[in-house]
Amino acid sequence: MSIKLPIYLDNQATTPTDPRVVQAMLPYLTDVFGNAGSRNHSFGWAASEAVTIAREELGALIGASAKEIIWTSGATESNNLAIKGAAHYYARKGKHIITVQTEHKAVLDSCHALEREGFEFTYLPVQADGLLDLDVLKAAIRDDTILVSVMMANNEIGVIQPIAEIGAICQQHGIIFHCDAVQACGKIPVDVKALKVDLLSMSAHKMYGPKGIGALYVRRGRPRVRLQPIIDGGGQERGMRSGTLPVHQIVGMGKAAVYAKEDLDTGKILEVKRLRDKLWAGLQENLDELYLNGSWEHRLPNNLNVSFAFVEGEGMMMAIKDIAVSSGSACTSASLEPSYVLRALGVEAELAHTSIRFGLGRFTTEEEIDYAIDLVTEKVRWLRDMSPLYEMVKDGIDIKSIQWAAH
Amino acid sequence: MAYSDTLLNHYENPQNVGSLDKADPQVGTGLVGAPACGDVMKLQLKIDDDGVILDAKFKTFGCGSAIASSSLVTTMVKGKSIDEAAKIKNADIAAELSLPPVKIHCSVLAEDAIKAAIADYRKKKSGQDI
Repeated sequence: MSIKLPIYLDNQATTPTDPRVVQAMLPYLTDVFGNAGSRNHSFGWAASEAVTIAREELGALIGASAKEIIWTSGATESNNLAIKGAAHYYARKGKHIITVQTEHKAVLDSCHALEREGFEFTYLPVQADGLLDLDVLKAAIRDDTILVSVMMANNEIGVIQPIAEIGAICQQHGIIFHCDAVQACGKIPVDVKALKVDLLSMSAHKMYGPKGIGALYVRRGRPRVRLQPIIDGGGQERGMRSGTLPVHQIVGMGKAAVYAKEDLDTGKILEVKRLRDKLWAGLQENLDELYLNGSWEHRLPNNLNVSFAFVEGEGMMMAIKDIAVSSGSACTSASLEPSYVLRALGVEAELAHTSIRFGLGRFTTEEEIDYAIDLVTEKVRWLRDMSPLYEMVKDGIDIKSIQWAAH
Repeated sequence: MAYSDTLLNHYENPQNVGSLDKADPQVGTGLVGAPACGDVMKLQLKIDDDGVILDAKFKTFGCGSAIASSSLVTTMVKGKSIDEAAKIKNADIAAELSLPPVKIHCSVLAEDAIKAAIADYRKKKSGQDI
C-alpha cells in the first residue's frame, strides 16, 4: 500500500471533517436554509428539527439531555461562557475560583480577565505526571469558592484528570464544576451525570466535525446551573447565547458526535491506541534518551508526547516535515517560551525544547505509523550526530556542570 | 514558517558538520548558547601560523535557522584571515539566509560563535608564546 505524504499526526490541533459529516451538512446550506428561530413557517420548522436532532446526538455522546446543550462558536467561546458566565452570575455568593496551571489558554485567559475585575484565583500545580493531587484541590477550597474549572484531558500531553473525584468534591462543597472536555470527547467515555459535571465544553473540529461550532453542556437538574450571557441579542439558547443558529454547522457537530460515539462503542478507538502504543514502542526500541511527558496510564489513547533529548523541537519538525506534528519548543511559539504545560510538570527547559506531540486519529493507518517510526528514527540520529550536546554526553561530560550563558 | 531556499538548503545539506581536535593548538573552539534557551552552537576553526582559517566545523543543537546559520558561517570563514572573519556581522548572516525577525538571534549566536572560537585560539597562542 502506498502512503500519501505528508502524514497528518496532529489530531490534537484539529481533525479533518469526516466525509459522512460533510454529506450530512450539505443540504442545510442549500435546500434547508431556514432560520431555526422562525416559528411560523415550514422553513423554520425544518431547520429547528435538524437542530433538535443534533442536540440529541451530541447529548447522547456525553449522557446529557438535548435541552442541556448550548451551541457556541467553538470551545474558546464555551470556556469563556462557562467561566465568565458562572462567575458573573454567582458573584454575590463569592469571588474565589480554582483552576489548574495546565489548562488551555481559553480557560486561563478567561480567568485572567476576571482577575482584573476583582475575582480571586487559585491556579493549582500538577504533579510530575501531569495529574492534579486531590488533596491540593481540597486544601484550596474556601468558603467563598464559587467555581472549579479542570480540563478532562490535556491538549499537549493527553493526561486525563480524575474528573469524577473532582466532581464529587465540588458537589459536596456546593461549588459549580466546569470541565473543558474538548480533547476527551470521542476518545474516552464521558458521562456528565456520573462525573457530576455542571458545565462541560466541547468542540466539533476536534472530533471530525467542522470548525466554527462548539457547545457547552449546562446542567438542568436541581439545583440548575445559571450563567450570565456574554453575547446579548435575540435570546436563543435559553438566553445564554444569542445569535442565529448555524444549522449546517450544528448538524455537522451532531453527526460528528454520532460517529465519535461509534468509535467508542465499537472499539475503533482501541485500534488508534494500538497504533499509538506501537509508535512509542518502536521509537524506544530504536533510540535512547527519550522521555515521555505526562502519565502513560492516565492518557488519551491517541496522544504521545516525547522529549527527544539533545534535538531541538523546531529543528526536528523541519527534518521530519513529511509528518505533521507539534512541538513544545519555544521556537514554535509566538512567545518564544517553551510549553507552559511541560514547565508545570517540572520538565526542565532544555527538555521542553525537545518535545514533540504526536496526535493520532481515526484515519491514521498502520503504514503511516511504520513510516513515522522509520523517519523519526533516521532524523533524530542525523540531528544528534549534529548536536554538540549529544556529543558531550557521549564523551561523558555532564552538561549541567557547564556554565552556559543565557541569551 | 516559510524559510528561504538558501536557508532550507543549508539546513537539509549542512556544510562542515563535525568536530576538530579540541586539544590541537591550531584549533580554536567556540561554544555559545545554552540548552535551556533551545540553542547551542559549537564552532571550531583550524588556523595556520599566518592566521588564515584552513578548516571550520560545527555542531549545533537548535532550530533550523540555528543549524543553517552555523553551516553558512563555516563556509564564510574558510580561507579568510581571523581578522576578516572577526568582522562578519550577524546582519550579513541574517541577510544571506533571509532570516525572519524572530530568528535574528540565531545569526547573533553564529557571530558570537566565530568570536568565541577566535578568542579561544588567541588564548591558546598567547599561552604558547609565554
